[in-house]
Amino acid sequence: MSETWTDGNSLGGPLRDVFSVDVTAAVGRCGGCGNTGPLAEGRVFGPSPGLILRCPRCGQPLLRMARGSGRTWLDLRGLEFIEFISPE
Amino acid sequence: MARAAVLGRLNWLVGQLADVREETATARTLILDVPGWPGHLPGQHVDVRLTAEDGYSTERSYSIASAPDGSRLELTIQRLEDGEVSPYLTMVLSRRDPLELRGPIGGYFAWRPADSRPVLLIGGGSGVVPLMAMVRTRIASGGTAPMRLIYSTRSPDTLLYAAELERIAAGHADLDVDVVYTRAGPPDWAGRVGRLDARQLRELAGQHAADTQCFVCGPTGFVESVARLLIGQGIEAQQIRTERFGPSGGTA
Repeated sequence: MSETWTDGNSLGGPLRDVFSVDVTAAVGRCGGCGNTGPLAEGRVFGPSPGLILRCPRCGQPLLRMARGSGRTWLDLRGLEFIEFISPE
Repeated sequence: MARAAVLGRLNWLVGQLADVREETATARTLILDVPGWPGHLPGQHVDVRLTAEDGYSTERSYSIASAPDGSRLELTIQRLEDGEVSPYLTMVLSRRDPLELRGPIGGYFAWRPADSRPVLLIGGGSGVVPLMAMVRTRIASGGTAPMRLIYSTRSPDTLLYAAELERIAAGHADLDVDVVYTRAGPPDWAGRVGRLDARQLRELAGQHAADTQCFVCGPTGFVESVARLLIGQGIEAQQIRTERFGPSGGTA
């Protein structure tokens, strides 16, 4: 595990390349421990080989994002759900 | 609850360094002119992208320090000695140089000036930067939210925005500023020196209103300790928003 990390707030830019709403303010539930909270509160590791958002409570990967060769891969397996406030 | 906004494409913009302000021996504020800047909420950040001649590029996130002001944008950068980006931004980047950035980013750690609920801001080291944007916006917008900033730093040598904080504390009845020194205070300092603890937090923050919003930013250990103290003093977790950077990232 990397020694340096920031928090989910720092994923705001990369996720805006894919989503039209701010995902960091959305609430997600960890599929590992059930911790439920804003993705901004998670811990981010990376950027190589990809960005990984881990659960702040149990450390399970919630979201993995890799970018390269003009493509983006997004793995959301670790999240049971993401709850967004519906846009206007 | 406010509806979420559908956000447009986040484009890379090219800003130009208009001026710099030396804040401490290791921190510098970049005053940028960014044509096309769409405006921001205090607490939001930008991604800065540096690209080398061989095409290698790297991105970092930096909190916005300034209140919204047209195409003007201020970033305060703390130099990390082993950093890849901050030494360039604080020592090499010169007036009129271009800088690639995109933003504003982040809807979670952001304060809306129309919100009149009391605000408690607690920053450690360079974690004060986004909180300073909130204080500046509160003043610039003429908002009515009572606001208190508690700013923990090692010593007077690492204190950012010292003169401005002094003016703010003296000039605004419902805007309070308290500095906590963790290693050494100024020569005439009568207050305590040491990490913010439960008793000091209770003394400084007083009785919390039931609807107080707390924004806590700083190195990970600082943020987690402060969040625990706040919860221990009866603040609900949902009233606390945090932003943290890596274990070696600050000077709290």
